[in-house]
Amino acid sequence: MENITYSQLQATGIHKSFGRVQVLNGIDFAMDTNDAIGIVGPNGAGKSTLLSVLSGAQAPTKGEIILNNQTITHSPARQRAKQGLVRTHQIPKPFSGITVFENVFVAAIHAATNNREEAYDIALESIKLCGMLPLANRDADSIGLLDRKRLELARALATQPKLLFLDEIGGGLTEAEALALVDTILTLKERGIGIVWIEHIVHILLRVVKRLICMDSGQIIAQGDPQAVMSDQAVIRAYMGGSIDVVG
Amino acid sequence: MSIKRSNAYSKVTIMAVMLLLMVLVITPFTASDNVLERLTVLFIYIIMAAMWNTLAGFGGLVSIGQQLFFGLGAYATIRLAHLGMPPFVAVFIAAVLVGLLSWPISKFMLRLKAAEFGIGMWVLASVGHLLVNLDPLIQGETGTSLISLNAYQIETRRVLIYLAALICMSGLLIGLFYLLRSKAGIAMQAIRDNEEAADSIGVDAQTVKKWFFIFAAFGTAVAGALWLAQASSFQPKTYFSVQWTAYMIFMVLVGGIGRFEGAILGALLFFAVETWFADTGVWYLVGLGAVAVLCSLFLPKGLWGAIESRLGLRLIPVGYQVTEETLKPIKS
Repeated sequence: MENITYSQLQATGIHKSFGRVQVLNGIDFAMDTNDAIGIVGPNGAGKSTLLSVLSGAQAPTKGEIILNNQTITHSPARQRAKQGLVRTHQIPKPFSGITVFENVFVAAIHAATNNREEAYDIALESIKLCGMLPLANRDADSIGLLDRKRLELARALATQPKLLFLDEIGGGLTEAEALALVDTILTLKERGIGIVWIEHIVHILLRVVKRLICMDSGQIIAQGDPQAVMSDQAVIRAYMGGSIDVVG
Repeated sequence: MSIKRSNAYSKVTIMAVMLLLMVLVITPFTASDNVLERLTVLFIYIIMAAMWNTLAGFGGLVSIGQQLFFGLGAYATIRLAHLGMPPFVAVFIAAVLVGLLSWPISKFMLRLKAAEFGIGMWVLASVGHLLVNLDPLIQGETGTSLISLNAYQIETRRVLIYLAALICMSGLLIGLFYLLRSKAGIAMQAIRDNEEAADSIGVDAQTVKKWFFIFAAFGTAVAGALWLAQASSFQPKTYFSVQWTAYMIFMVLVGGIGRFEGAILGALLFFAVETWFADTGVWYLVGLGAVAVLCSLFLPKGLWGAIESRLGLRLIPVGYQVTEETLKPIKS
């Protein structure tokens, strides 16, 4: 569709199967730090699996991933995190036995810097940005679901990413909370962090992303300008069930 | 400073600990033989509890086979002493050797997850037991003794073993304290809580787990070697018995798993119960079991966990506190 050469992250021909189940079926994906890309698609389309493969939590069955002209197809997530590529989890995975601050600090000291004082500052800054400062000393197992989602974001930010993959961090938020989240993510964008955001709440998503990808059955069925994608017939059929008005 | 790593209580604790250490160092000159022997046992219990807590409490690595390192520590001491090494040097070198041996062991054991790891360690302990039995020096289950200790007079020996145990306990606890406060310490707790998430933010789980495993193996081997020094006889069946790990589990669960103070408190309690009730035979074991069950039902975080959450008391803090001043002014 677009003929831009991306240098940051490039994935070609990504396949992923679990046993006989084909979850990703030939995905081509590329992005740079100035991108903000939304991914939509019905449940089971393979969106989260794509993030897992791109971030290194799972290796693709076939295909190649290149980051900064370096093949990283089989490098572990921890290495990619240090290279500036990090994801949040759809179902929050907090470190429940330690405090909110410690959750975020451990990310800063392992992926962003070796300097303890610097890591303190990075961790506090990430916590502030996500509005969690009042909870900093609370044990992570004592905070609610929405705060756990915020914690996912704060922890990912503390790695000082260049590319950030967000997996449904807006789910369950009220309108006001969702708008606050949009503000936070726009701030990140301004700082030059490339963003990929999987979200079902499309109108929230469209406030941030410049490019939209729609997936179905492990394939990209449409991508490009968000408005164009949302009015694409294939998208309406797969994702909207063919009956919903195009979001404005 | 926006982050605090100590508090008023912990400063008092440091002074109290220093004072206690001084008292313990001069104890041999004042206390009776029996008191010295019992304190030696207590120090070994504290080492055992702290080492099991290191693995299970902070690392989520629940091993039922730590008697492997306990037994090997004692066995290596026997072997080294047989080669002519002075017994107290042998105790230390033996533990270092077991620590080194635990490195290749960690390579394959740490691939196992959760219960597989626990049971796998137990199997490995049994294999270690059988292999040690093959050594002619040990004479099978008949066992042997640390004969070279006879070079010392009984009084001197008692004091030396006491001091060795005191030094080892203090050294290991200080080492553990710094390990937990290091970058690896917070990483280990993250791995315990969610290994996949830890990996996703740049934590090298295998390396961190390996170092914790080796540290615990070394410490447990020190305990085994010291136990040999104070008991002087070695029977493989006794040293490689799963009861040692059962004791460690008891001490840590009752005291407070995942809490530095918890393991020490647990060891003190176990020691007290043993001192007062061990003569009651079977009922002693029934009592221990009942206490463990009651604790896991009603005090899941152990005694220290309950104290900590009730009173907000942290005597030996290994975590990070954001200071009140940092929390206040920003209301964005």
